Amino acid sequence: MPLELVHSQSQPVARVRGQPLHELPPDLYIPPEALEVFLETFQGPLDLLLYLIRKADIDVLDIPMARLTEQYLEYVEAMRHRNLELAAEYLVMAAMLMEIKSRMLLPRPRGADEDELDPRAELVRRLLEYERMKLAAQRLDRLPQRDRDFAAVEVWVERSAVQRLPNVSAGDLENAWRSLLARARLRQHHKVAREELSVREHMTLILRQLAGGAFHEFTQLFEPWRGVAALVVSFLALLELAREGLIEVTQAAPYAPIYVRLAGSGERAQP
Amino acid sequence: MSRPTAETAMLSLAAAKTVLETALLSSQEPLAIADLRKLFDEALGADTLRRLLDELREEWAGKGVELVHLASGWRFQTRPGLQHYLDRIDSDRAPRYSRAVLETLAIIAYRQPVTRGDIEDVRGVTVSANAIRALEARGWIDVVGHRDAPGRPALYATTKAFLDDLGLRSLQELPPLEEIAQTLQLEPAPVQQVSEAEIRHIGEEPHNEEQPHKATGTDG
Repeated sequence: MPLELVHSQSQPVARVRGQPLHELPPDLYIPPEALEVFLETFQGPLDLLLYLIRKADIDVLDIPMARLTEQYLEYVEAMRHRNLELAAEYLVMAAMLMEIKSRMLLPRPRGADEDELDPRAELVRRLLEYERMKLAAQRLDRLPQRDRDFAAVEVWVERSAVQRLPNVSAGDLENAWRSLLARARLRQHHKVAREELSVREHMTLILRQLAGGAFHEFTQLFEPWRGVAALVVSFLALLELAREGLIEVTQAAPYAPIYVRLAGSGERAQP
Repeated sequence: MSRPTAETAMLSLAAAKTVLETALLSSQEPLAIADLRKLFDEALGADTLRRLLDELREEWAGKGVELVHLASGWRFQTRPGLQHYLDRIDSDRAPRYSRAVLETLAIIAYRQPVTRGDIEDVRGVTVSANAIRALEARGWIDVVGHRDAPGRPALYATTKAFLDDLGLRSLQELPPLEEIAQTLQLEPAPVQQVSEAEIRHIGEEPHNEEQPHKATGTDG
């Protein structure tokens, strides 16, 4: 029979790392180092609250605010104590919990309708929604996932090395030759001689044509067979004459023929 | 293919099935009925094709590779049960997603379209930019528009690739959301990020595992 050591206390209920524990811890026992890991896994204040609620089997539809707030603050403090990077949301939630708690403490006025919103209602709604999504996430993760649980099959396709050449017919060749010829003609050597043109000279020419004072139709003053350049110069000459006030240009109506005559012809009597 | 249509129309159904099989085996991406019809110059009808595909699926029943009907079409895939063999030769395993990523994905999948703000409201924390980026990189979520609100925040939704990669035919096939009873016990919460040894250390309350899960009709 082993000697029984006399202790002032009762026998320890358990030994943890050699140290006796004389009463069961009231809370979930977490060795200090594991606690840090554990605290880090909380995804946020809602996650922490859910954990506290489920752990203590709290009825989510009737949360004891004082107790929950107290436990929540303990955990937040434990996290701060370990210098864990605490998202600001944890502190916001702490404030929110305390506010709800104090609103619950306010006396409800007699005769207040039952519809008055329970101050916890919004919190409960958020907790349940988060829990729904948390569960959904776990279930999504359990679905077979490509590249994790199965792979898409793709067999090697040996693409044939034979070059497929396009078909060419005699007709294609003929057409190609014809278009070559046509292009060649367009590319004939074309000497562009600089024709000496003088606007003044044309102005004189036009004035001579208009001699006599009669109306001449606008288009009669041009010589299209001499080329585009000549047309342009004639036009410029007309404009210059008009500017210098040496000719009159009239048109009876829009799109009607244009008539030109020497300026001042109206006053002169016809010879 | 430069084969004339007349010849293709004369393919026997058996030969057509072989053509289907080959096309599907050579494509990593799902092929829709419309695509498959092009194989035959539209000579085969959609119903015939579907019948052939069903037959093909039957024929491959005993194999390690199966023909699956997905949201985007049909695809040959390895059977999930064999993955751990494949992992031995291909050590490049896909990493597991963190809870943040999975919860973000769940919110988008079940509540789409949602903004980052909506996601934050549900999770109670700022949205993880990495989570969004990871899901976008995977091709599982997409910006589908903007909410007409200050800042015109982007609206996120899941993609067809998301459905394909999880073997879902449509969003209807997502596991239904639980209507949470007040005292429903959650599973041991810290998944993935805490090793088995540490969980044992933390000392999960043993009675959790024995208690039957209420209201869970299907096992995920």
